[in-house]
Amino acid sequence: MTTTVPAKAEVRENSPGTADGPRRRPGRIRRIGLPYLLLLPALLLELLVHLVPMVIGIAMSFKELTQFYIRDWTTAPWNGLDNYRMSVDFNAPVGEALLHSFLVTVAFTLLSVGLCWLIGTAAAIYMQDTFRGRGLLRALFLVPYALPVYTAVITWVFMFQHDNGLVNHVLHDQLGITDKPSFWLIGDNSFIALLTVSVWKGWPFAFLIVMAGLQNIPKELYEAAALDGAGMWQQLRRITLPSLRPVNQVLVLVLFLWTFNDFNTPYVLFGKTAPEAADLISVHIYQASFVTWNFGTGSAMSVLLLLFLLLVTGGYLWLTSRGRRTADA
Amino acid sequence: MRTSRAAAVAAVTMSLALAATACGGGSSTDGGGSNDSPKTLTYWASNQGASIEVDKKVLQPELDKFEKQTGIEVKLEVVPWSDLLNRILTATTSGQGPDVLNIGNTWSASLQATGALLPWDEKNFTAIGGKDRFVDSALGSTGAEGQDPAAVPLYSMAYALYYNKKMFADAGISKPPATWEELVADGKKLSKDGKWALGVEGSNPSENIHHAVVFAKQHGADFFTADGKPDFTSDEAVEGVKQFVDLMAKDKIIAPGNAEYAQNQSVSDFAKGKTAMLLWQSASANLKSQGMSEDAYGIAPVPVQSGAPGADTGVNSMVMGINMAVFKNTDNIDGAKQFVKFMTSDAEQKILNTAYSTIPPVSGAQSDASFNTPANAVLKDTLAKSAVAAPQVADESQFETAVGTAVKELWADAAAGRPVTTDSVKAALEKAQQQMPTK
Repeated sequence: MTTTVPAKAEVRENSPGTADGPRRRPGRIRRIGLPYLLLLPALLLELLVHLVPMVIGIAMSFKELTQFYIRDWTTAPWNGLDNYRMSVDFNAPVGEALLHSFLVTVAFTLLSVGLCWLIGTAAAIYMQDTFRGRGLLRALFLVPYALPVYTAVITWVFMFQHDNGLVNHVLHDQLGITDKPSFWLIGDNSFIALLTVSVWKGWPFAFLIVMAGLQNIPKELYEAAALDGAGMWQQLRRITLPSLRPVNQVLVLVLFLWTFNDFNTPYVLFGKTAPEAADLISVHIYQASFVTWNFGTGSAMSVLLLLFLLLVTGGYLWLTSRGRRTADA
Repeated sequence: MRTSRAAAVAAVTMSLALAATACGGGSSTDGGGSNDSPKTLTYWASNQGASIEVDKKVLQPELDKFEKQTGIEVKLEVVPWSDLLNRILTATTSGQGPDVLNIGNTWSASLQATGALLPWDEKNFTAIGGKDRFVDSALGSTGAEGQDPAAVPLYSMAYALYYNKKMFADAGISKPPATWEELVADGKKLSKDGKWALGVEGSNPSENIHHAVVFAKQHGADFFTADGKPDFTSDEAVEGVKQFVDLMAKDKIIAPGNAEYAQNQSVSDFAKGKTAMLLWQSASANLKSQGMSEDAYGIAPVPVQSGAPGADTGVNSMVMGINMAVFKNTDNIDGAKQFVKFMTSDAEQKILNTAYSTIPPVSGAQSDASFNTPANAVLKDTLAKSAVAAPQVADESQFETAVGTAVKELWADAAAGRPVTTDSVKAALEKAQQQMPTK
C-alpha cells in the first residue's frame, strides 16, 4: 500500500507538467512502466506455469518421442503430422481405439452431465421451501463434493467388488434382482459403475450452483404467477427455468468440461488399463503415452482433444448467447 | 518513488528467483556421471516385502552398515510397483532421478533402450567384483543380447506351485500335480463348497503376462521372433493363452471373482484357505505375514504339459527377479558403484534374500546352506533348469501391457460366462499386437 500512495500523489503533481516537454520523459516512462513492471512477475509465472508447458506439449506432438528419445527429447526426430495422421486414421487400430474411446467419453459425458444437472436442479428446487432439517440435508448433499476424490472413489471400488462388495450384496443377496453376482469393475457393467460414481460426485456441484441461482429470483414473480392461476409446473417452466438460464449456461459448460476431462475417477476405479466399455479419453491418452511410451502420439491426441473442447465451448457459448440475445430483443 | 522502485525491483527479483528454482536444479546430463556429491546417494528400492514399511525395516539397517563402512549416506525410498515404472520414466525424461534404483528384470531391455542407465561394461563389472560372480540365468535378464547389461541382478525369483496340504489331504490327493491335466483333475475335486482350486490375479497385466509367456512356450511359441518383431498370434501362442484362461472358462477351477483381482487378493485367499493352490513367485514371506504357517503349505514346480520340467516346451517359469541399476547422470558415480558392490556382496546377499525369501543371483551366496531348504530347492532348480527369460527386446514393457491387458479382458469374458474360443483369444492377441509400436 505504501508504494501506491506516493505514486498516485506524484501522478497528480506531475500531470500538468507532462504536456510541457521532453524534459519530463524519463519520469513519464517510469510512471507508465511501473504497472507493467509490477505485472511482470505474474506474467512470467503465467508463462511458466501455463503457456510454456502447453507450447512444449504441442511441439512434442510433432515429434517421434518414444523410449529411445525421452532421455533427451530435443534429439527426437521431427515427424511432421505423422502422429496426427496415426491418431485420426480410423481404419487402423490406434485411430479406431481413439474413436471408440472418444464415443464412449461423449456418451458418458452427456449422460453424466444430464443426470447431474437434473438431480442437482430437482434437489435445489425441493430445498427452496423451508422445513425442519433443511440445513442438515443441504450439508449432507454436499458431502460427496467435499470428499477428496481418491477416498471417495476407492470406497466405491470396495462397494463394487464382485465377491464382497456392498452393491452385489444388496442387489443380489438381499433384493435378488440379479440371478448371480455381477461384475462392476470389469466388462460392460463398468460403464454403469463409472457413470454412477461420476453422477454421485458431480451432482452436489449442480445443486450448489442452482441453489445460489434460485436465491436471485424475486418472490413477487411467483406470487404474481400464482394470482394468475399458474400451477407449480407452469411456475417452474415459465419462471424458474428461464430465470436460471444464465446460471445453467455456465453450469452445464463447466460440468461438461470437468466430466469430459475427468481422469481421477476412471483411474482410481479401474487402474491403468480401463475396461473397453469405460475407456474414457483422458485415461486412453495417458495409456497411449505412459504405458506404451509413445509421448508424441499421446501429445497429438491431447492437442486434438484440446481443439475439440475449444470448438465445443466456442460453439456452445455462441449458440447460448445468441439465443439469449433474441429472447431479450 | 524510491519505495515503489524498490518494490518493483523486489518483485522482479522474486519472479526471477521463482522462475529459476522452478526450472533449475538440473544436474549434469553429459551422460558419464560425476562425483560432485560423493557423500550421499538416493536409492529407489522396489517393494519386495509384504509392505513398504517391512521393506524399510529390512533395508535401513543394511544402509546404516554401508554408511559406517564408507561414510556415504543412502537416502532410501521404497517405491510401490504400481508407480515404479512411471517414476523411472519421469526421472529419465527430466534427468532428476535417484542415483541407484531397482528395476523389474523384465524391463531391462526397455529401459536400456532409453539410454538412461549406466551400461555395465568390463570396467564397471570389475569395480563390483566381476561379472562371473553372478549366475548365468540371472544375467540373461539384464538387457538386450550383444549389449552391455543395463543392470546387475539383485534378487532372483521363480514361479512355483504353492498348495494347501490339508485341503489336498481332505480331497484325497496324495501329491501335487505335475502336469496341467493332473492339476485340472485335482482341481475339480478341490473346487466345491465355496472353495476353489486355484487363484489368479486376473486384472494384473504383469501377472497375466508371466503366465502367458510360459503357457505359450510350453506349446512351443515365443511372443517375439528371433529378430525382435512381435508375433502374438501364432496358433501355439493362442493355444497357450486359451489353456490358461480355460482354467476358469472351461475347467471352472478358478473362482470367477479372480478376474478382477489386482491387489494380491489371490495370495490372501490362499493364506485364508479359500483356494487350495497358487502360482506365485517367492510367496513364503508374504504368506507368513498373512499368518499362514510354513507347514501348512507345500511347494512344487509349476506343472508342465507332460513329462518333467526342462528346457524349451518343458519350461515352467519366467526368470523373475530384481535388478539393480545406476542412473547415468548420477552425481556420485563412484559411490553408486560402491553401493551396488555392497548390495551384491555375498554377506548382504544372504541377509537380503533371506528376508525376502528370494534366491541370491550371486553364486557365492546361493551355495550357502540357508538357501538349501526344500522350498528354495524348488525355486533354485526351476531357475537353473526350466526358466525362460523375458523377451529381451526394447518393446518388452509395451508387450507386458498390451498382452497382459488382452488376457485381462479374456478373464473378464470367462468370468461373465461369455465363451472363450480360439477365435476370441486370437482376436484379443491380434488387437494387442496392433497396439505395439511399428517403428
